[in-house]
Amino acid sequence: MGLTTEQLKDAYGRMCLARAFERKCEELFMQGQVRGSLHMSIGQEASAAGTALALRDSDLLITNYRGHGHALAKGISPRAAMAEMLGRVTGCCKGKGGSMHWTDMSKGILPANAIVAGGLPTVVGAALAGKLDGLDRVAVVFFGDGAANQGATHEAMNLAAIWKVPAIFICENNLYSEMTPIGKTTTNKDLAERAAAYRMPATIVDANDVEAMHAAVSEAVTRARRGEGPTFIEAKTYRLVGHMIGDSQIYRSKDEVEEWRAQRDPIRLAGDKLIARGVTRAELDAISAGADATVADAAAFASASAFPDVSEIFVDVFEHNALN
Amino acid sequence: MRELTYAQALREALTEEMERDPNILLMGEDIGVYGGVFKVTEGLMARFGEERVRETPISESGFIGAAVGLAMMGKHPMAELMFMDFAWVAADQIFNQACKMRQMSGGQVKVPLVIRTQQGGGRGNAAQHSQCLEAHFAHIPGIKIALPSTPSDAKGLLKQAFREQDPVVVIEHKLLYNTKGDVAEQMDPILFGKANIVRPGRDVTIISYSRTVLHCLEAATTLAAQGVDAEVIDLRTIMPLDMDTVLASIRKTNRAVVAHEAHRNAGFGAEIAARIMEQGFQHLDAPVERVGALDVPIAYSLPLESATLPSPDKIVAAARRAMRMEA
Repeated sequence: MGLTTEQLKDAYGRMCLARAFERKCEELFMQGQVRGSLHMSIGQEASAAGTALALRDSDLLITNYRGHGHALAKGISPRAAMAEMLGRVTGCCKGKGGSMHWTDMSKGILPANAIVAGGLPTVVGAALAGKLDGLDRVAVVFFGDGAANQGATHEAMNLAAIWKVPAIFICENNLYSEMTPIGKTTTNKDLAERAAAYRMPATIVDANDVEAMHAAVSEAVTRARRGEGPTFIEAKTYRLVGHMIGDSQIYRSKDEVEEWRAQRDPIRLAGDKLIARGVTRAELDAISAGADATVADAAAFASASAFPDVSEIFVDVFEHNALN
Repeated sequence: MRELTYAQALREALTEEMERDPNILLMGEDIGVYGGVFKVTEGLMARFGEERVRETPISESGFIGAAVGLAMMGKHPMAELMFMDFAWVAADQIFNQACKMRQMSGGQVKVPLVIRTQQGGGRGNAAQHSQCLEAHFAHIPGIKIALPSTPSDAKGLLKQAFREQDPVVVIEHKLLYNTKGDVAEQMDPILFGKANIVRPGRDVTIISYSRTVLHCLEAATTLAAQGVDAEVIDLRTIMPLDMDTVLASIRKTNRAVVAHEAHRNAGFGAEIAARIMEQGFQHLDAPVERVGALDVPIAYSLPLESATLPSPDKIVAAARRAMRMEA
């Protein structure tokens, strides 16, 4: 099941937006305007865009600290997202969450999680809620190969299987658990093997191919909407940048990174497909320039926004503000 | 008025709340057909069905996390932690997830989750099934903490837990389930943050919660025979904490003892004592006394366990110290 040319252009645009957004974040981080740690998903954009195109606005997404691309593809406002990066009151979380906790409930984006595997048990409940209400809503969780080794992952997969909830577990295997290569963290050749332990259908997909990703997620979505339960998708991909800004990347060779960049960059792969379908280079450049303009606008909006008033510290802790 | 056991009162609260709000569902280990290891949920699966009374695998992190997801999406789940000691197995989902979602999302989500659990020693359950961990919860902003001491409070506080729009942990005590007391049939929820003066007195204020309140009342009887009129305050909830009632009492008695079953070191009593010092130092005629379990893992053997845990005698001794009386 391929994408139409219009869909593929849409996907291309979402991927360009994610990359431009993160490059801007990197710039702002180096200027000291983005605080904390910045975990970029450069190289993994097709996984995000392919998934988002297979979902409805009302479907749910829980992502992780490498989730900017997922949330942008699912439709979070770039302005609100960038304002969040700068800790402004106009941010999607009023500046309280930062890079790792983007939320937009109007787009089905639940709070992103910064604990490795923290969102997996939660997605089971989020999916179950829709099932109990008789909705055909699905809930997607993104996690990495590192999270695959957390206990919470296995507890969540087991629960999802016994309760047959409409959840989709997307494991983005980028070959490195932070700074440790996958060969040192598991004996599994493919992480999809893990799903068999819970009798959960699993598929392995080249997640640098946005069409392949979209097809895999679409199939899982169909199963979930039909009430046939969860699916595990191993999205094989590669992070073209460090785990976070400042990562020396001594755990992998420059040649390896360069080879992925030259051969497997998902944005270039999608662009090549579009060219092969007769889309002009000028059209692609216009899409890319549109993404750049959106990011520039978001950055300008964010910079012009106010910081939250300090009194906000006590708001949103409890329903009626902080206690004691 | 009828007498109910603490367990029956809890079950009545669950039943009434589930009748009131179809979004309430229960989940936990052995809570369905078996009715829970302390029989609190007995009969509820038959009444409300398997979707709303959900048996889980032994998977505390998994099902408490699932409850967080349910809560964020409009349900009002109650997750039963069979023993408080297992909170650490689920610690990420409680402390990093449930407690923080509202704030991290800038108020876009709420987590109306009730965790019911029981704690405490006195039954020979040894070091991993006897601990009192309320101070751990109190240290993390974002969760309310109720510790009922009587059947009536158990019903009223648990009912209130389901009216809250934030995470609540209702901490029961394993030795209270079979205790009996009057419980009104028609009962309003008991609002959190309102302490209960369970015995008025003039000479010394004894502040406590959960089963230790019963020890305090016993101690007060002993003290009365010694000419000391103790006021006993049951905090009912420690988050929120009703310092107004505590301070009003101390303005009258000028002496305070804080008693709980949790370990003394960094126990919640230390927080109460510190606040009394900060907010009522000028009213004190003696240092605040603290009573808690010794700071050792709780041993199995009866004499060892008994010596580790607080008792009415230890509370009497602490009150006498506060009164500057001979030991």
